[in-house]
Amino acid sequence: MTQEATFDFVIPARFGPGPGSPRLRGITAVLTREETALPKSPYRFANPFHNARTALWLGLLTVAVAAVLPVTALADDTSAAQAAGVGSDTVWVVVAACFVMFMQAGFAMLEVGFSRMKNVGTVVAKVVTNLSVSSLAYWAVGFGFAFGAGSIFAFIGGSGFFPTFSPGSQLDLPAINFSTSPASAKWFFEFVFCAVSLAIVWGTMIERTKFIVYILFGIPFAAFIYPLISHQLFGGGFLQATLGSQDFAGSTVVHLTGATAGFAGLLLLGPRIGKYEKGRSNAIPGHNMPLAQLGVLILWFGWFGFNPGSTLNATNLHFADVAVVTNLAAAGGAVAALMTIYAITKTMDVGMIGNGAIAALVAITAPSGYVEPWAAIVIGAVAGVIVVVGVLALDKYLDDPVGALPAHGLAGIWGTLSCGLFTVPALAKFNGVGQGGLFYTGSFHQLGAQAIAVAASFITVFVLSYALFWVIRKTVGLRVSAGEEIEGLDISEHGMWGYPESFMPVPGGVYRQPDTPTVNPHRPEPVGGAARREGSPA
Amino acid sequence: MKMVVAIIRHEKLQEVQDVLDECGVSGVTVTEVKGCGAERGYTEKYRGAAVHISLRPRLKVEAVMQGEIVKTVVDKLAAAARTGEVGDGKIFVIGVEDAVRIRTGEHGEDTVRHGARAMWGH
Repeated sequence: MTQEATFDFVIPARFGPGPGSPRLRGITAVLTREETALPKSPYRFANPFHNARTALWLGLLTVAVAAVLPVTALADDTSAAQAAGVGSDTVWVVVAACFVMFMQAGFAMLEVGFSRMKNVGTVVAKVVTNLSVSSLAYWAVGFGFAFGAGSIFAFIGGSGFFPTFSPGSQLDLPAINFSTSPASAKWFFEFVFCAVSLAIVWGTMIERTKFIVYILFGIPFAAFIYPLISHQLFGGGFLQATLGSQDFAGSTVVHLTGATAGFAGLLLLGPRIGKYEKGRSNAIPGHNMPLAQLGVLILWFGWFGFNPGSTLNATNLHFADVAVVTNLAAAGGAVAALMTIYAITKTMDVGMIGNGAIAALVAITAPSGYVEPWAAIVIGAVAGVIVVVGVLALDKYLDDPVGALPAHGLAGIWGTLSCGLFTVPALAKFNGVGQGGLFYTGSFHQLGAQAIAVAASFITVFVLSYALFWVIRKTVGLRVSAGEEIEGLDISEHGMWGYPESFMPVPGGVYRQPDTPTVNPHRPEPVGGAARREGSPA
Repeated sequence: MKMVVAIIRHEKLQEVQDVLDECGVSGVTVTEVKGCGAERGYTEKYRGAAVHISLRPRLKVEAVMQGEIVKTVVDKLAAAARTGEVGDGKIFVIGVEDAVRIRTGEHGEDTVRHGARAMWGH
């Protein structure tokens, strides 16, 4: 039997409590103790002011605290608790967003590890550039399209463009008004998701794409394509609000969208030189497996912001469950991928284990807020099998250097559909979206809603991305020339290598300036300039 | 016996190996090297500062073979390694006095003849 005891500190008129003393509300200490341990006193609590010096210090302390705390926090006990709740929600949302932002490093390392040495500088330059241009585009219009209120709300949002923020300010964001964190925290959290989606696009297209394409595609993607899908499943659009499709943190919104855009780009781009010869698929090994697996672990870490942060709420404590579910799925995926690749090839492939973990994390993203731990392990394990079989099957036809299509596309589809199987009815009610899955309710309703969400998102993103990439290909071109591709994108696009010393005459040397101007024979001609080098090897 | 030393571009290695294979050369040694020929380097920019790249990375391919096939090998190899641009590399032919197969102690031309072409997948 426990009892809560509340201590109100009182400022005395003159070293003692009186009926007219101004009560400093809000500074309360909540104790839980055995009832019998409470002091039996005629006064409710012992008077802390029996000693004049103590009273003076306490008085000064409370005045100092009152001067520092915001006035609203002291209005009364209830609003103080609310303010603490808002504070913890906001801290959690912003910290989780920082975790998700760090996933950019994960994508960079994953792509660097799976690239050849001559193409790594361009990857990191691309990641930083993409993060930056998507920030600007998402701030300008993307967030408004995704979450703003508007007249065609079922289709797309339409307010909150070029948003401005002040401390604690809110915007009219109908679907995420349930979260008490301020609009700026929500903006930041939703933006880093957009940046992750854009980062996923390029995993399929590395080692042969022109750098300018990253910018030309990245801006409209962050401004419109991603927000369109984000509005449908996060922002209160038709799929989420009317159909009840569940996507807790974005298996479809973030991962399938990114992978679908990458798929469209890949179809127009074609494979790397040397990938397919005489009808056979050649291996083009990446240069650094430790970096690739560091990328996997950074992504795994970032996912603890990605899924648990999608509660946009710390005070209901749901985020802790989501973190556990996320981790269990990743573990199940890595183990399942290891077993699958060993069963097929009799090797414990280093890259595939990481792919399995990523695919499982992608798959658990949609159901993470809706399922129980045992289901998370099943979902993750199935994703681990899907990614291994998917990589082996797709590699015969599509040159996808990092395996983004199986890991983000196929696993994203599986994860979204898995809500229709494993969602716990009580959690569907808790989150206020859709209903329980097939295994709990015996009804195919939720599975149908999930399938419609997947199909609608895939078709929309594919059509828009294909059109955009097609226009880019017709105007500036998607691909570097064969000569530039063979020389490496670092030197041909950026004029420097990712590992400069290893390509220079003597590692550690000093390089004097040339006495006479010399030119780089591998630097592409300026656009509209003289014809490219002739007879480039292909 | 002759040794053919070819300085080639990295991306031409597979084609050069195919030629050696075709002609029945038994072994090959490949080294990553840096050097310069007629092309006297070029300038890159590193964080805004000009850097003179005087030596370029290439592969050095060394193969020892019977004297009678050297001409065929060199002709085919030159055709295979050629792109037509500055920097395609050079081929040198050097006389070799003797060769020993360490495992058996054999001497002479037999040690560099291709004994088992099937092993190369042809």
